[in-house]
Amino acid sequence: MDRDKLEFFRGTLDVLILKALVWGPLHGYAITSFIRNWSDDVLLLEEGTLYPALWRLESKGLLEAEWGLSENNRRAKFYELTAEGRRQLRQDTKNWQAYAEAVAKILGATQPLLPEDAA
Amino acid sequence: MNSQPFWRRYARFFGPDPAADVKDELRFHLEAKRDDLIAQGLSPEAARKEAERQFGDVRAVQNLGQKLGEKMEQHKRLQEYWAECLWDVRYTLRKLARDPGFAAVSILILGLAIGANVAVFSVVNTLLLRPLPFPKSQELVWIAPPPSSCGFSCATYSSDAYDEFRAESRVYQDLTGYFAFSTADNLRLTGRGVPEPATGISVIGNFFEVLGVRPAMGRLFTTDEARGKQPAALLANAYWRREFAADPGIVGKAIELNGTPVTVVGVLPDTFDFGGVFSPGAKVDLFSPLDLDQARDWGNIVTLIGRLKPGVTVAQALDDANRVAPDIYFNTKYPQTRGRYQGDLIPGQLKDYVTGKLRHSLIALWCAVGAILLIAGVNLSNLLLARATARAKEFAMRSALGASRSRIVRQLVLETLLLSGGGAVLGLGLAVLLIEWLSHQGSVALPLLGSLRIDAQAVAWTTLIAMGTGILFGLLPGLRMASGNLQEVLKDSGQGAGLGRKHERVRAALVITEVALACVLLVSAGLLLRSFVKVLDVDLGFQPDRAASIKIEYNDTAPSNEASQLKRGEIFRQIINRVSSLPGVEAAGISDYLPLGPNREWDTPVPQGKTFNPGELPDPLVYVVTPGFVRAMGIRLHGRDFTWADGPHSESVVMINASAARFYWPGEDAVDKILMRGSEADRVVGVVDDVHEESLEGATGAQIYYPATQQGPSGAQLVMRSEIEPAALGPSVLQALRELNPDQPAAEFRPIQSIVDRASSPRRFFMLLVGSFAGLGLLLAALGIYGVISYTVTRQKQEIGVRMALGATTSRVQRGVLLGTLRLAICGIALGTVGSVLTARLIAALLFNTSPWDAASYAGMVIALVAVALMSGYLPARRASHINPMVALRSD
Repeated sequence: MDRDKLEFFRGTLDVLILKALVWGPLHGYAITSFIRNWSDDVLLLEEGTLYPALWRLESKGLLEAEWGLSENNRRAKFYELTAEGRRQLRQDTKNWQAYAEAVAKILGATQPLLPEDAA
Repeated sequence: MNSQPFWRRYARFFGPDPAADVKDELRFHLEAKRDDLIAQGLSPEAARKEAERQFGDVRAVQNLGQKLGEKMEQHKRLQEYWAECLWDVRYTLRKLARDPGFAAVSILILGLAIGANVAVFSVVNTLLLRPLPFPKSQELVWIAPPPSSCGFSCATYSSDAYDEFRAESRVYQDLTGYFAFSTADNLRLTGRGVPEPATGISVIGNFFEVLGVRPAMGRLFTTDEARGKQPAALLANAYWRREFAADPGIVGKAIELNGTPVTVVGVLPDTFDFGGVFSPGAKVDLFSPLDLDQARDWGNIVTLIGRLKPGVTVAQALDDANRVAPDIYFNTKYPQTRGRYQGDLIPGQLKDYVTGKLRHSLIALWCAVGAILLIAGVNLSNLLLARATARAKEFAMRSALGASRSRIVRQLVLETLLLSGGGAVLGLGLAVLLIEWLSHQGSVALPLLGSLRIDAQAVAWTTLIAMGTGILFGLLPGLRMASGNLQEVLKDSGQGAGLGRKHERVRAALVITEVALACVLLVSAGLLLRSFVKVLDVDLGFQPDRAASIKIEYNDTAPSNEASQLKRGEIFRQIINRVSSLPGVEAAGISDYLPLGPNREWDTPVPQGKTFNPGELPDPLVYVVTPGFVRAMGIRLHGRDFTWADGPHSESVVMINASAARFYWPGEDAVDKILMRGSEADRVVGVVDDVHEESLEGATGAQIYYPATQQGPSGAQLVMRSEIEPAALGPSVLQALRELNPDQPAAEFRPIQSIVDRASSPRRFFMLLVGSFAGLGLLLAALGIYGVISYTVTRQKQEIGVRMALGATTSRVQRGVLLGTLRLAICGIALGTVGSVLTARLIAALLFNTSPWDAASYAGMVIALVAVALMSGYLPARRASHINPMVALRSD
C-alpha cells in the first residue's frame, strides 16, 4: 500500500471504527468483519492497521475498552463508544458526506464553468 | 459525562501489564480469523498463514501497542497522583475552613515573618547583591585613601592631580570625578518670578560617559562645554518633572541660574540617581561641567572615579596607582608638592564605597529576619502539633481504613504548604507596602533607597522561603503523627496517654527554642538601642536644639579682593543686625559650612616657632564665619569671637578647635599664639570645642575658623538661635532677608536638629527595624508559650479537677501553671543568653560605645521575656483555677 493511500485510509478508518461501534461493544476482529461486509469487500483493510487506530481512539477518550468473552467463549477486548466518541462520529459523518458530495459533484462536471457563471 | 475518568476502567481491565494485553488482543484476532478460514475449508496450517498475511506485520503492531500502552500507563499514574493531590487539597481546605481561627493565626504569623524577610531581602538585594545601576558596573572604581578622620578632604584630589593621574595611568578606560564640596541649594533658579533654590553638582565633562549613563533626552556635554566655554546643564529627571512640568521641549532652552543664562543640553534618565549612589539622602537637581582650569588652585576638590579596562583587577589597578603616585603633583606650580599623594591613590570597587559600610548592618538585619522566620516556623509547628494531637484519632481512623502513611504525611505537608502559601501572599503584600514606604524615605541617608522595589527575585525568594518553611515545619508534626502507634491512638481516650505526653515534650522543646531565639533578638535590639542612645548623647560640640539655618544669597563682586571683602562684611553685618533684632532671636551668625556636612581643608598651618616632620601636621577643616556664628550654633568658646573690626586692614585672626590647640601647643593656652600659613601669620584669638564634622560617631580632627571679612567664604548659611521654636521664625526671617536682597530665594529654613537627625538616620533606621523585629519575635514567643500552656491545662483538666476536689486551692493551681510557664521561659532564656553572647560578638562592629556584654540590655531582655511569659501563662492559669471539679471529672 503506498503512502498516500495509507494517509487517506487512516482518516477514513477512524470514522469507520466509530460507526462499527454504534450498535454496541465489539472486539477488533468483529470490527474488521463489519467493515468488510458493509463495503462488499471493496475496501481492503490490512487488519494490522486497525489496532493502532483503536488504541489511539481509546487514548483520545473516544472509545473505552473492556475485557470480555467472545461468542465462542474466548477472552477478547471489547471496545465501546464514549459520549465523546458519539459526538465525534456525528461530526465526522457530516464532514465525510459533505466531502464525498463535493468530490462527486466535481467528478460529475460536464463543462469547465458552472452554467450561471458562464452566463 | 461519566464522572469516572476513562483510564480507571482501562486500568481495571488493561491491568498493570500493557505488553501482555497487547499480545492477548492480537492473538485473539489471529485465532478468530484462523477459525473462520478453517470453517471456509482451509487446512489449519494454511488458515494460520492466511490470517497472518491478511493481518500484516504482527510484530510491528505489537511493538507499537506496547509503547502506546506504556505511555497511557504513565499518563494514568500522573493523573491519578494529581487527582489524589486535588482531593487532598479539597480535604485540607475543608478542614481549615472548619477551624478558621487556626488558619488565620497561622497565616498571620507566617505572613508577618515572610513579609519581613522579603522586605529585608529586597533591601539586601538592592544594596549588596545587585550590581550598581550602571552598565558593567564591576569595572567602576572609587579612588581614595583608606577612610580616615579627615573625611572628604582626604578623599579628593586637585585638578592637576586628576589630569596627571589620568595621563599616566594605564589601566583605565577613562577617569572622571565630581566637585565634592557642593552644598544643598547652592544655586538659584532665577528669571521665573521668585528665585527657587536648586542643588547643582559640577562634574568633570566625561562623568556620564564614564558611568555609562545615557541622557533620556538631548545629549551630554560637548568638549567646549566641558571646558567651561559655554554654560550648559543637564537636568535630573525628577527636577525636570517637578520644576519644568516634564516639558518635552526643554532641550536647547536656556534657564537662568544665579542670574546667568545656561543652556539645558539634556535630561538624565529616571534610573540615574546621583544622590542615591554618591551622596545618600541628598537630592541633586542639575549637573554642570566642572572647569578644571578654573579650579587649578582650589586644592583638593574632585573625587576620582575610574572605569577599568576590561579584565583589569583592582589589585592590578593598585599596582599601577602605586607606580604613578610618586610623579603626581598636588599643584604643578609648586615642585615640592610632587609625590604628595603617595599612598593616597587607592582604587577600590565603587560598589564597596557605596554600600560597603552597610554590609555588617545588613547582614545583621538579614539574620534578624531569619530568626523571625524560624520563630514563626516553630510556632507553626507548634500549632500544627496541637491540632495533630486533636486529630490523632482522625488519622488513625484513616490509616485503619487503608490510607498509607505517606498519604497522611503528604496531606499534612500540603496543609502547611497551603498555610505558608497564604502566608506568602500576605507577606508579599506587607513587603510591598513596607518597600514602598522605605523607598520614599528620602531623608534616610542610605544609598540606593530610591531603587528599592519588589522584583522577580524577591517573589522567587518569597516562594522559596514559604515552601521551605512549609515543608520543614510541616514535616515535623507529620512525621510524629505517622510514627504514632495506631492501636494506641484508637484505644486512647484522649487524656494522659503516651502520645499526648510525647507531643507535649516536643512542644515544650519548640517553645524553648522560640524563647531562645526571641531572646537573641531582644538582646541585639537592646544593644543597638543602647548604641543609638549613646550616639544621641554624643557631645556634638554645638547645641542643635532651638537653632536653625537658612541659605542666603549675597553679591560681593567688586573690582578688588579687598573691596569685595569690605562689601561682603557690610552685607553680612546688615543681615545679622537685621535678623538679630527680630523678636525671639537670641543670636545670629553666618558660616559657609555647617557641621556634619562634607568638609574641606585649605592649608597646613604651622604653629610659629615649631618644626614638625612632614606629614605629621594635620590639615584642619575650614569654616569661614562671621562674628556671632559660634554663639548662634551654641559652640563653647575660650578667648574671643571675631568682631566686625577684624577686617582686611587689621591683623589676620583665626579660631581653632580644642583638638588643634592640643596638637599645636600641648599643655599650653593657644589663645594669642601665632599660626603660620606659609609667610602669612594668623593670630589665634579663640579656642572652641570640637565640633563633629562628618559623622556623629567618628572622631573629630583639627578645625580652623577664619573670619568672613578676611577670607573668601563659599556660600553663606545664616544660623540663628531663638527662644521660640525655630520653625516659627521662618517667614519673618525670610521677609527680612528679602528686604535686604530681593534676589533671596525661598530657601528651606532648616532646623539644625534635622542635620543631626539625618546624620543619625542610618543608625536609627537599623535600630528601628531590628527593634520591631525583636518585638515581633517577642509576640510570637508569647503566642507559643500561651499555646503550649493553654493546651497543657486543657489536657490536665481532669487531673486538676481531682486535685481541687482533694482540697488544692485556687491560688495553688494557678501557681502550678505559672511555675510551668516560668520553667519554659527560664530554659529558653538560659539557652538564649548563650546564643546572645555569641551573636553579640558578631554585631560588636555595629555598636557604638556599648559593650557586647552590656548588662542593661541583658537585664532588659530577661525582664521583658519573663513578663511576657507570665502574661501568656496567666490566662491559662486563670482558666485552670476556674475549673469546676465536678464538671471536669464528669466530662470525658
